[in-house]
Amino acid sequence: MHLAYPVVLAALLFSVGVYGVLVRRNAVLVLMSVELMLNAVNLDLVAFDVWLRDSLHAGQALTLFTITIAAAEIGLGLAIVLLLFRARGTADIDRATALGDPAESLAVEEAPTGAEALKGQTAA
Amino acid sequence: MSTAATLLAATGSLEPAARSFLSPTGQEVVFLLVGIAVFGSALVSVTTKQLVHAALWLVVALGGLAVEFLLLTAEFIAWVQVLIYLGSVVVLVLFGLMLTKAPIGRSPDADSKNRWVALVVALASAGTLVTLVVDAFRTSWIDLGAGGGSAAVTGASLFRHWVLPFEALSVLLLAALVGAIVLSRGDKRRVPPPRAAKLRAGRPVGSNGTVAATAPRTAPDAAASPAAAPGTAAADAAAPDAATAPSASEES
Repeated sequence: MHLAYPVVLAALLFSVGVYGVLVRRNAVLVLMSVELMLNAVNLDLVAFDVWLRDSLHAGQALTLFTITIAAAEIGLGLAIVLLLFRARGTADIDRATALGDPAESLAVEEAPTGAEALKGQTAA
Repeated sequence: MSTAATLLAATGSLEPAARSFLSPTGQEVVFLLVGIAVFGSALVSVTTKQLVHAALWLVVALGGLAVEFLLLTAEFIAWVQVLIYLGSVVVLVLFGLMLTKAPIGRSPDADSKNRWVALVVALASAGTLVTLVVDAFRTSWIDLGAGGGSAAVTGASLFRHWVLPFEALSVLLLAALVGAIVLSRGDKRRVPPPRAAKLRAGRPVGSNGTVAATAPRTAPDAAASPAAAPGTAAADAAAPDAATAPSASEES
């Protein structure tokens, strides 16, 4: 089998996962897209393991480890999403901005008015 | 099914000299067809407006990937994929969707507003990666031999060469699941209301940002007219209060 088939499929799946992570608003759907990206990497690992015929079977062992870490990740991630939903009443990641830096938006809003006030004071 | 078997039997013993893109083997044809199904269902899964349908299309994509693992002779990985992804991860995702009261029908606000930016980023990454890997692995061929990923081989390599990472990973999995239980259990004692802490945290951040934003503006003025320096200093001191007042009113 040509190596390009699994590797190109993995690249396309990874890009689909990137699109999903960037475009989805529900946190559970973002986690699903992350799972797609992890699976693309798994496909790469298996293809390279079969291609290189490593005597340690590093590719397949790492695939098993990745699957385990993905299971742990989705368990913890869904617990965090549930906690967020319980605290805020929504799983929308666009609204989870409590830890965001409010300085940028405030500076953008306040900078023109501050400059006008300064100008007025210096004129006076 | 029988045609696929005869195709595999007919083309399985090709010489390496006869390999080319123009004469794909049966395995490549099957891989391509299943790959198209996987890619299409993944695409539907990230673009559909119905949230539960997205999880079900993810099942199709992950199951197709298990078939791809089988075609790459990684049998054990394929069954682990079926057990863990289709058996537990998708069920967890569905439970997560239900517990967060995801709407059953179409939800028009499933996608955020920066869809075109996301599309451009995804297309750019797809183009870059596909061009790169096709250019890099243009002349690479996999010699598929049966038994390369059977449970015996995988188990022997896992417990002979990878014992320490395996055990460390089991501890990590245990810690993660205990953490998930602790997080989602919900504490009985009420925590103090977070309102005061949020305001206290919000005030210095806003004042820092506005001072940093107005400081460069005041510096040239002060240098140009020294008489106006006290005025700008007063405005500088008054700016943080004016900046944090809207945020306090928004949050309370």
